[in-house]
Amino acid sequence: MNAATERLAVRLRGLGAARSQFGRACVILVPYLWLAVFFLVPFLIVLKIAFANIQLSMPPVEPVVTWTADKVLQLRLHFSNFSFVFGDDLYIAAFLNSLKVAGISTVLALLLGYPMAYGIARAPGAWRNVLFLLVVLPFFTSFLLRVYAWLGLLGRSGPINDLLLALGIVHEPLQLLQTDFAVYLGMVYSYLPFMVLPLYSAIEKLDLTLLEAAADLGCRPTKAFFTITLPLTKEGIFAGCLLVFIPAVGEYVIPALLGGPDTLMIGRVVWDEFFGNRDWPVASALAIVLLAILTGFVLLLQRVQSREEEA
Amino acid sequence: MSTDPAARAATTPSPPAPYVRIERLTKRFGDFVAVRQVSLEIARGEIFCLLGGSGCGKTTLLRMLAGFETPTEGSIYIDGVDVTGVPPYERPVNMMFQSYALFPHMTVEQNVAFGLRQDGTPRAEIETRVEEMLSLVKLDGYAKRKPHQLSGGQRQRVALARALVKRPKLLLLDEPLGALDKKLREHTQFELVGLQERLGVTFVIVTHDQEEAMTLASRIGVMRAGEILQVGSPTDIYEYPNSRFVADFIGSVNLVEGKLVEDEPDHVRIDCPQLGGTVYVDHGVSSPPDAQLSVAIRPEKLQLARERPEQPDNVLAGTVTGIAYLGDATRYLVRLSTGFVLRVTMPNVYRREEQFEQGQPVWVHWHASAAVVVMR
Repeated sequence: MNAATERLAVRLRGLGAARSQFGRACVILVPYLWLAVFFLVPFLIVLKIAFANIQLSMPPVEPVVTWTADKVLQLRLHFSNFSFVFGDDLYIAAFLNSLKVAGISTVLALLLGYPMAYGIARAPGAWRNVLFLLVVLPFFTSFLLRVYAWLGLLGRSGPINDLLLALGIVHEPLQLLQTDFAVYLGMVYSYLPFMVLPLYSAIEKLDLTLLEAAADLGCRPTKAFFTITLPLTKEGIFAGCLLVFIPAVGEYVIPALLGGPDTLMIGRVVWDEFFGNRDWPVASALAIVLLAILTGFVLLLQRVQSREEEA
Repeated sequence: MSTDPAARAATTPSPPAPYVRIERLTKRFGDFVAVRQVSLEIARGEIFCLLGGSGCGKTTLLRMLAGFETPTEGSIYIDGVDVTGVPPYERPVNMMFQSYALFPHMTVEQNVAFGLRQDGTPRAEIETRVEEMLSLVKLDGYAKRKPHQLSGGQRQRVALARALVKRPKLLLLDEPLGALDKKLREHTQFELVGLQERLGVTFVIVTHDQEEAMTLASRIGVMRAGEILQVGSPTDIYEYPNSRFVADFIGSVNLVEGKLVEDEPDHVRIDCPQLGGTVYVDHGVSSPPDAQLSVAIRPEKLQLARERPEQPDNVLAGTVTGIAYLGDATRYLVRLSTGFVLRVTMPNVYRREEQFEQGQPVWVHWHASAAVVVMR
């Protein structure tokens, strides 16, 4: 009797475990399904177009997989798009310039964002929430509108030039728009919150007694920042840099609106190929190469990070 | 180690001169007074323990010694030097934090070496001193581990090694055993005292645990509400508390109120209505007649008997109302005819000793030296 009930209990527990496992699988399945439908499928379509040939039709590409008259399933991959992309200096220059602009923007955002995040994390309780809200506040307005606002601010008769003229610092309005300066400004302005948020959460978690311990052992505050605070908030720095760098490389709106005609960035080139030239295959090939470069960066960073953790 | 002046001082005991001097130290946080007019002298090589409940100001006092808090008033001298305004990174003082505060991104070795590296000690010397320190705290072989790979007891020893490696003039310990389990605590207590004796470093310990204070300290300062109520050896504090608070805070005690009825230089007699009789104490007190006093008697100094003992004073009749057998001793609650309940602890010296029973009428008696008269 006792043994029987025990066996039953074990079986029921087993059933329960199986059911909870099924439940867990379901919970994971939903986001995976979402990712598959909205990220993987579009990516595969872009990948397909990158290997297709251009053709005057709608859509303006030849199909990659065809069913021929003599009942053969034909897969035709055109690598010419990629050789074209790598063969043209314009594209290479656009890639390099995008990486440069994104890299400098990321460094600037880090230099500006770290003190900001530090200040917020160390602010007294009530202030902290207010400051935090201020960082997130720009997201309440459309990104596009905010970039347009800079057009007004930086214009020849905008408030910034007016102020400089009124103070007598300059005698004729500065050309601020359509410059690299405007692009960097727009980039740092737009992506700063993405830098501040992960940094804030990393700095806020830092145990302050560690800094007291460092001081107690004879370490001056500046040195303690570099030997204790910085290494212990490294993860926040990595996360913030990735969150700024990746979208910045492919950024289209900011260089298009604030940059000059010679601001060559890959996002803009892809746009021109797609809508100006109607060359979908080359545009897709560019997008794939960009993706490969960025994936390489992320993997490299992760490798570095995990190696440091092991050490 | 023998070249270390601190270590030499320990082997040749010198007359205790004030090594740490705290003068009328006050710390206010807004309206709140955390430490109030504390003056204290600590001798070289001493283990001084600040004991008190939470919020009594003991940690604030310790943090002022470390330099993390700036005193509102008063000054601190260490080895004759005024360090009141000296920042923590320039003080000859190290601290072992309650949470240990080990740097999680550094190995055990790097943690211990951290302090020496700040001073620009040559690399070879750092290596030998760190190695020496790690073997002193029995952690050789753990040098390359990270703090999260260690047990609580091992972390505590890394923290100790890190604080001791700079050979500080003064080592501050904030609840050093607080995070350890009971068995490990007892073991570590003795290790800590042994280490202190060997190195001769002056220790200031903060704790809320009276047992920890009693076993570690050469002197204890009992704190309440920002003030030091009594300073003395563990025996002084336990046997001669100077106030109701100290008597009650350290150990267990029977406290009764009374009035002086006989005041001689060699003895006093105090009328205690709560006991329904007088208490004879074999030492004089200096207090105005008719002053309200308290009499403190430790439970282990009370004795129980079946027959009325042959002594004229300090005998009361009562009934056993509660028994707690603890193995090494038995605790009794004895209700007197006045309704007052006395706590009595009887050691279990013999196996199968006859225990008193619930509801049994007994005589409580004590020696004339057992009771202590406290004024406050």
